[in-house]
Amino acid sequence: MKDLSSPQILSVEGLSVSFGKTRVIDDLSFAVPKGRTVAVVGESGSGKSVTSLSIMRLADLAGARFDAGRIVLDTGAGQTDLLGLTQDAARKIRGKDIAMIFQEPMTSLNPVYTVGEQIAEILMLHEGSSRDAALREASRLLSLVRLPDADAMLKRYPHQLSGGMRQRVMIAIAVACRPKLLIADEPTTALDVTIQAQILDILRDLQEEMGMSMIFITHDMGVVAEIADDVVVMWKGEKVEEGPVGQIFAHPQHPYTRSLLSAVPKLGSTEGQDYPSKTPLTVLVDGEPQLVGETRVQDTAQTQGDPLLVVRDLSVSFDIRKTWYGRTTHYIPAVTGASFDVYPGETISLVGESGSGKSTIARTVMQLTEPTGGAITFDGRNMADMGLAERQKLRREIQYIFQDPFASLNPRQTIGWSVAEPIRTHGLADNDRETRSRVGELLERVGMPADVAERYPHQFSGGQRQRICIARALAGKPRLIIADEVLSALDVSIQAQVINLFMDLQKDEGIAFLFVSHDMAVVEKVSHRVAVLYLGQIVELGSRRQIFEQTAHPYTQRLLSAVPNPDPAAKRERTPLDGELPSTTRRVDDRPAPVTYDEIAKGHFVARH
Amino acid sequence: MTAFFQSRYWSLEFILGMGLTAFIVIGVLLSTWIFPDVGAIDLTARLVPPFERADHLLGTDPLGRDVLARIFVGGWISLEVGFLSVLGSVLIGVLMGLIAGYYRGVWDVIVMRFADVQLALPFILLAITIIAIIGGSLTNTIILLIVSQWVQYARLVRAQVLALRDREFVLAARAIGVKNRNIILSHLLPNLMGPVVVLMTLNVANNILLESSLTFLGLGVDPTIPSWGGMLADGRTYLQTAWWVSVFPGVAILLTVLGLNLLGDWLRDTLDPTGRTAK
Repeated sequence: MKDLSSPQILSVEGLSVSFGKTRVIDDLSFAVPKGRTVAVVGESGSGKSVTSLSIMRLADLAGARFDAGRIVLDTGAGQTDLLGLTQDAARKIRGKDIAMIFQEPMTSLNPVYTVGEQIAEILMLHEGSSRDAALREASRLLSLVRLPDADAMLKRYPHQLSGGMRQRVMIAIAVACRPKLLIADEPTTALDVTIQAQILDILRDLQEEMGMSMIFITHDMGVVAEIADDVVVMWKGEKVEEGPVGQIFAHPQHPYTRSLLSAVPKLGSTEGQDYPSKTPLTVLVDGEPQLVGETRVQDTAQTQGDPLLVVRDLSVSFDIRKTWYGRTTHYIPAVTGASFDVYPGETISLVGESGSGKSTIARTVMQLTEPTGGAITFDGRNMADMGLAERQKLRREIQYIFQDPFASLNPRQTIGWSVAEPIRTHGLADNDRETRSRVGELLERVGMPADVAERYPHQFSGGQRQRICIARALAGKPRLIIADEVLSALDVSIQAQVINLFMDLQKDEGIAFLFVSHDMAVVEKVSHRVAVLYLGQIVELGSRRQIFEQTAHPYTQRLLSAVPNPDPAAKRERTPLDGELPSTTRRVDDRPAPVTYDEIAKGHFVARH
Repeated sequence: MTAFFQSRYWSLEFILGMGLTAFIVIGVLLSTWIFPDVGAIDLTARLVPPFERADHLLGTDPLGRDVLARIFVGGWISLEVGFLSVLGSVLIGVLMGLIAGYYRGVWDVIVMRFADVQLALPFILLAITIIAIIGGSLTNTIILLIVSQWVQYARLVRAQVLALRDREFVLAARAIGVKNRNIILSHLLPNLMGPVVVLMTLNVANNILLESSLTFLGLGVDPTIPSWGGMLADGRTYLQTAWWVSVFPGVAILLTVLGLNLLGDWLRDTLDPTGRTAK
């Protein structure tokens, strides 16, 4: 299966890189064979991005020092040690022999130039083409990355394109000079799953067509299984394992690789089970893998009684364009006619792509956004009828955890202060000592030592901060916790720990969760029931088994088929995915069509399509 | 206390800044006691160069008045104008900026249009108008400076608030049910004071000089009362023959500004627990 005769396009030999006194990469060696894809996998802080920046010689511009090693590139005209080049010489190689695409398609294009000018620029620079020839080539490149109507696209500006389209433009720029090596640094992390699937397809096809090699940097094991030939696993700046993708997934050798793989949620892994269940985790204790936690069926939902939260025909819209005298002409119907219930102790997930309205529903329930129609009832009381005092009480009983643990804690206040904020606001403690001891208990509840309360947020890692945010949410003794994409900024091993923490809290305190996520595999693992959203409307609602095993709506099917499967041996059967999400902006008189639902099984509602 | 000396709060900036500022402020506070005969005119000792006579260490001015004594006594007016005007502008400007940025809507329109009008008026025109109405005095000079400078703080703070109010930690506080007043005081204010402190230290120096310009134009304080700005202006005509008359007051302003800037940097770093702005 492996063409051993193929020479290497790039080899990294004994590379060590430091920033100041900190060594971030230690004695790293790997090779990239011609025409193949090497995935460099690791969690945040593993040194995988510094590796790619070192190959591009961008790392030393950022202040890195190369302590040892070589990075040898086969330019076709002999071998070059990239680390020995001057920056001037390295600049000639960047973009021509080695090209790179970055994670953030929103920020890696210059907003004041058209797409055509930006692609043409690199052709004129490296190939010396004339402007006309460069623009012709640019149009060809855009059709190569499957952007429709390439000629018109050349004249458009980055802000007129969606995230997926921008990333395709980035790819077109990267492959413009037919590089021998393409480095892709988390190119799909910021994109929706269906768009991610399209980008991976394009990259695979381009690689075959142009015969280039690829270094694919990612933390997502599913993406690795989809695209990589070989895998290099990095941990704390060192390579801990390397091998062909099948072998890494089937027989991981290093304990870290094993714990990493065990933490990856896998779509379809809970098939046939009525309830989500807590599963033990492999964690590294002093470098040795240990199984922590027990298997427990999460049968906490109390569906016999009254629901805790009832949402009926909820609509939320935002006015975006007005005439000069203030009359709205265009608006975004962010949510239209959404209805669902949440029972005590139940986890219900809202799942969908960006722009589907899932976060808007969550924010409306939290009273951060005003609904434009419909009713929200909490514990039998309609929110619209509530007075100020009752609404304030609701802010204690419903708690919100935000996506970004780095942004949701005030950087100028100690974490003890932040955790105590709900206690102070709602007067839940009689004096300072009681507040302090309560904060200590809460921190211990989420697995942090109580004495960290005096520290500031920047002294913690992302996973720890998310735990602190959970501790703050628990401070008000809530009955419903809204978790808005709380896992997406975290490494997989941390994700798994947080999921287990949620399940423990649900078991012990009977808390209901409204779980907002775009990650189907995570949703399958945690939910009792699932609502799938598309363009502000619920298209399918049902129990976890109904949604994942008796999928009825084509959009749900499409979402599921786009999820990368972390198993390289599995045969990919993918319906070709094309097209973008349509724009959600509407004129005022253009109301979205109301949906009617069919109940195809008990509790399984599907929008007519 | 030992913990303080070992902590990161204890830096070279703090020692130098605090030392300089303390020296000047204490010197100025004690000046009338050290130099009781500051206004004494001695026409026999006109334009004595510095370091020649022990009783006129920094020389004398054209009327034979001791430069050193006048610097210390003149510091009263300069520091009073510098500190009080900045303090007043900060209080009004930060409050207005917070209201405009946090509540938006009508408040924003009122405060910001007012600020625009204010910025469109030339300073001198404003000065002449206000002084013509309320008359020239120390208090009125300070009022004039506050009126013309609160806008800077209001705009700076408003811009900061607009960036901060949609950050997740502010949303999180609102979701918990924290009152607006507490969100402003404990979430917004600590996060926007850094640039305000920097602007304050710059404005103290600027206002000391503005006071002298106003006095020079006859719009400020009684010109017979010594002030650093007034001394600078007086000494201008003698710059080629008797440099010390204007250079030493200039050095006094320089040292004050340097001390305040160092203190300002130190304060900004200390207020930021991440130490991002520290070296």
